[in-house]
Amino acid sequence: MTTSTTTAAPGTPAPPAGRPRPADAARPRRRRRRAGSAAPYAFLAPAIALFALFLALPIGYAVYLSFRRVKVSGLGLGKNARTEVWAGLENYRTALSDPDFVASVLRVLVYGVILVPTMLGLALLFALLLDARRVRAKSFSRVSIFLPYAVPAVISSLLWGFLYLPSVSPITYVTEKLGWGSPDVLDSGWVMFAIANIALWGGVGFNMVVIYTALKAIPTDLYEAARLDGASERQIAWRIKVPIVLPSLILTFIFSMIATLQVFAEPITLKPLTNTIASTWSPLMTVYRDAFVRNDIYSAAALSVVIALATLVLSFGFLRLVQRRAFSQEK
Amino acid sequence: MTTTTVSAPAAPPSGRAAPARASGRTAGRSAWGGSVVLLLGAAYCLLPVVWVVMASTKNASELFDSFTLAPSTHLWDNLVDLSGYRDGLFWRWMLNTALYAGVGGLLSVLVSAMAGYGLAKYTFRGKTAIFNMILAGVLVPGVVLAIPQYLLLAKVGMTNTYWAVLLPSIISPYGIYLSRIYAAAAVPDDVLEAARTDGAKEGRIFFSLAVPMMLPGLVTVFLFQFVAIWNNFMLPYIMLGDDHLFPLTVGLSGLLNQGATQPAMYTSVITGALLSIIPLVALFLTLQRFWQVDLAAGAVKA
Repeated sequence: MTTSTTTAAPGTPAPPAGRPRPADAARPRRRRRRAGSAAPYAFLAPAIALFALFLALPIGYAVYLSFRRVKVSGLGLGKNARTEVWAGLENYRTALSDPDFVASVLRVLVYGVILVPTMLGLALLFALLLDARRVRAKSFSRVSIFLPYAVPAVISSLLWGFLYLPSVSPITYVTEKLGWGSPDVLDSGWVMFAIANIALWGGVGFNMVVIYTALKAIPTDLYEAARLDGASERQIAWRIKVPIVLPSLILTFIFSMIATLQVFAEPITLKPLTNTIASTWSPLMTVYRDAFVRNDIYSAAALSVVIALATLVLSFGFLRLVQRRAFSQEK
Repeated sequence: MTTTTVSAPAAPPSGRAAPARASGRTAGRSAWGGSVVLLLGAAYCLLPVVWVVMASTKNASELFDSFTLAPSTHLWDNLVDLSGYRDGLFWRWMLNTALYAGVGGLLSVLVSAMAGYGLAKYTFRGKTAIFNMILAGVLVPGVVLAIPQYLLLAKVGMTNTYWAVLLPSIISPYGIYLSRIYAAAAVPDDVLEAARTDGAKEGRIFFSLAVPMMLPGLVTVFLFQFVAIWNNFMLPYIMLGDDHLFPLTVGLSGLLNQGATQPAMYTSVITGALLSIIPLVALFLTLQRFWQVDLAAGAVKA
């Protein structure tokens, strides 16, 4: 990310060499102004239209719905018996005091505390090993560990779901041979770890590649200097590499937290295999239940807004980080 | 001859090749501990994949009786069973997924590339506001949008159609964000100025000059979006009721639900799971070099 490509200031293009300057300098400027008036809007029009229709409008609609409720007059029969009225903060009050929702949020917080540090710790460890000297089997390991990213969460939940069944699991096979009995990982005490393991399996490789890419960008001269001073490989990893890739670690952390709050496909897929996963296991499952099982779209909208706000608060750091770093090379 | 070989190691700008070779000789032993840890990680990640390959060769009774990682001989029978399920519904899901991810991904790249190029290469009124809006869009969790999107599309009668999954998949704030970075880094201003001086139209400059320059980055944007749509579960799960429109993820999830009452379906579910990961794994292995993700720099290096 150097600034070498754009040294010329906007609007003052350097005249091509070998041409008379006065005649030429006026023309591109006039063309540029004409082009600059309509062309960028034309390029942005499809994106803005889709953004408005499928992002801004749904968000606005969700916020609107979250302040509405249905008023039933009379017996609720007849055409005009059900009308939508202003509800104020009522939906939010009900949503935030709904024990199912509160339980799902707390559950997912515990889930995140188990999952995110484990996943990023392993991702960092693997990335450092891939970047270390004298470690073998690097490209095989890199591809193998990244491979689960190609497997949709539904499919990986399905695969692990079978591997968790005592009659199928190779782990149970081993523990039975050893006479330890057959643990049921879909037991209520273990189901959190069972779901976290699926997310770990799917996410560790992607985060590893992110961190590894950052590690490869570090100039090796830094390590050479440290080695001459007698630093060990472990010291170089902890004192030089980890601090330099810290921004990447922070970002992977934020992205992982966002993904954690939204966990939906894994518990939904595992649900038929066990009766320990409630239909309100995660916050999004609660939203889904309110919208489609209870047909209470107003409560579902309020819950969506709460989850979106929590996500925005969590990811605010991301915005600050990227704005500072990413656009130094542009005019 | 000698001069070229001597100067070669100095060629990489980071100087990585030369010191690694020099110091590698001094330390003879390799780090076995590190290699073992990496291989354990690889084994953990490969276990479910190896299992599904083996399990897809078993019939229903072997699935629960024989050693779980031992292969059997019923792969063909399972494929026939799966293909026969409701007149080949599984293959319809496969085609649907290819349609959602392929067409959706391509349209998404086109929209993102145009927007990213417009943001990077022009100065215009409202540019900062538009970009900040898009950046905020990166942070909005897509799944939170699914229910209001469903309600809005239901108002215009578009739920339970291909459009209901395809249209929301096209807009990708992250794709626009990445495209802006590629356009800024890969398309020099003087080339654009020269083309304008020669009288080229803005649209033509974009398609015949800028797009080829941005292409490696755009491949990465496509891959990201393709995988995101392929993996998406909640949007089609909410939008679609007709199982002829399902993508693989929703279809297989439903099949697994049936397995709870008819365990004979399990072999079909497993064979289907295997078939559904083959295309993406192939895509990953062939396009590996496009997966160098640098989040902190905001770029994906191609």
